[in-house]
Amino acid sequence: MKTQSALEKVLAAGHLAVTSECGPPRGALPDKIKEKAELLRGYVDAINVTDNQTAMVRMSSFAACLFIGQMGLQPILQMVTRDRNRLAMQSDIIGAYAHGIDTMLCLTGDHPCFGDHPMAANVYDLDSIQFVQMVKIMRDEGKFQGGDEIQNPPKMFIGAAANPFGDPFELRVARLAKKVKAGADFIQTQCIYDLDRFEKWMEGVRDRGLDEKVSILAGVTPFKSVGMAKYMKNKVPGMSVPDELIKRMSGVPKDKQPEEGIKICVETMQRLKEVKGVRGFHLMAIEWEQKVPEIVERAGLHPRPLV
Amino acid sequence: MITAEQKPIQEIMEYVRPYSRILLVGCNECVTVCAAGGRKEVGLLSSALQMAFMQEGKVLDVKEMTLERQCDPEYVEELAGSINQVEAVLSMACGCGVQEVARRFKEKPVYPALNTKFMGASERQGVWAERCQGCGDCVLGLTGGICPIARCSKRLLNGPCGGSSHGKCEINPDVDCAWQLIWDRLKALGLEKRYEDIAPAKDWRASRDGGPRRIIREDLAS
Repeated sequence: MKTQSALEKVLAAGHLAVTSECGPPRGALPDKIKEKAELLRGYVDAINVTDNQTAMVRMSSFAACLFIGQMGLQPILQMVTRDRNRLAMQSDIIGAYAHGIDTMLCLTGDHPCFGDHPMAANVYDLDSIQFVQMVKIMRDEGKFQGGDEIQNPPKMFIGAAANPFGDPFELRVARLAKKVKAGADFIQTQCIYDLDRFEKWMEGVRDRGLDEKVSILAGVTPFKSVGMAKYMKNKVPGMSVPDELIKRMSGVPKDKQPEEGIKICVETMQRLKEVKGVRGFHLMAIEWEQKVPEIVERAGLHPRPLV
Repeated sequence: MITAEQKPIQEIMEYVRPYSRILLVGCNECVTVCAAGGRKEVGLLSSALQMAFMQEGKVLDVKEMTLERQCDPEYVEELAGSINQVEAVLSMACGCGVQEVARRFKEKPVYPALNTKFMGASERQGVWAERCQGCGDCVLGLTGGICPIARCSKRLLNGPCGGSSHGKCEINPDVDCAWQLIWDRLKALGLEKRYEDIAPAKDWRASRDGGPRRIIREDLAS
């Protein structure tokens, strides 16, 4: 074992892992994050805490992770390179580790033009691959990027994202290979709706043996409504939503659409369970955390293993 | 070249309003090529200002000059003969030219008439696009001659983010994904293998991050 991470233990024991996420509140509201996290207790192995997602200011991931840790749950610190240079990132990483946070997800982050501060400077001192590399060297060599030794280096279980639906498609496996080479331990993918394209990507992943080197958690998000499905299809860059799913959502009355969305999500998870190399799920129920227990149960992933 | 665009006329008028005699100085280099501050634009802005102030009942006396290069002390010296006849200078050069005039004539207020934009190239008649951010450590040799620092919205060095879609950047469908361009070019050159080498974290000292930069050529410096 490289770390004390609960997620690493679940994966090492050969279980299908389940993670979910909480978006911190847009204010100093500790109860909000605690309420969201409480809904997930017993149904997930670890909880991603987003870092100013969609480039909107929120309570910091680090602060929200502390609340979740204090509740006896396992937070995953998300960090984007958009807002911090390498000094700030490294100091937050050792600070988080000092507070018992041992799992993180390294991202570049949405461009500021999508958020409520389009006028902000974007940092992007590192890209996500360089970020993963930095965290790995901090952990395995005990060194800051500048080369100095770290006293009690942070032992982080290192996550990265992958989007099999971005273009150019032929680079998507190669880009995963770079993240693996850089030191990623686990991958959480973009929301999967287009199973054919995902399976094609996984084929490429397996051909290169990358599934043996990194634990891939398949990302899923239930549709709440046909409107959300259309939004995901048309407005979110690098997202692939097949027309059949839009048809299926619009084929049921409005009050039945949430149930249809959950059904699609559970069916997707059942099919993904059969895909060789998928080691678990990352369930992103956007502002719909209360449905996570039901989805986890219906997908046959409850109870969670005790490790 | 360095590209620029003229500021809104109202903003320029506010700078000039306190004066009745100004020197309007163009530059014959980059801003002439991008049609922002050459001899022609000097003439047009001069007329526009005089007419606009005329409507307010004010006579503005504008002396027009266009220098070969406003960023070069040798040419800026040519203003010495006229500078005492005016109260202020309005420069139609890039920021380098404005500052060179201000440095040489310390007693005269100098105002910019342009917004300096970027180092770019002409894509077609009337269209210029950013190509270089002057990072000081060129990576074009590794990226098929297409710059990810100037042309990727996140200046990523290891490939396209998840938002690349049909060759376009997630921030705007009018923006090409630099990494799609790089990948296509690497393939055309048979250099795809290069993609999987991890580009290490960049040393930004050579860029603006290391503080204001200067070049000293010992063989030429006097």
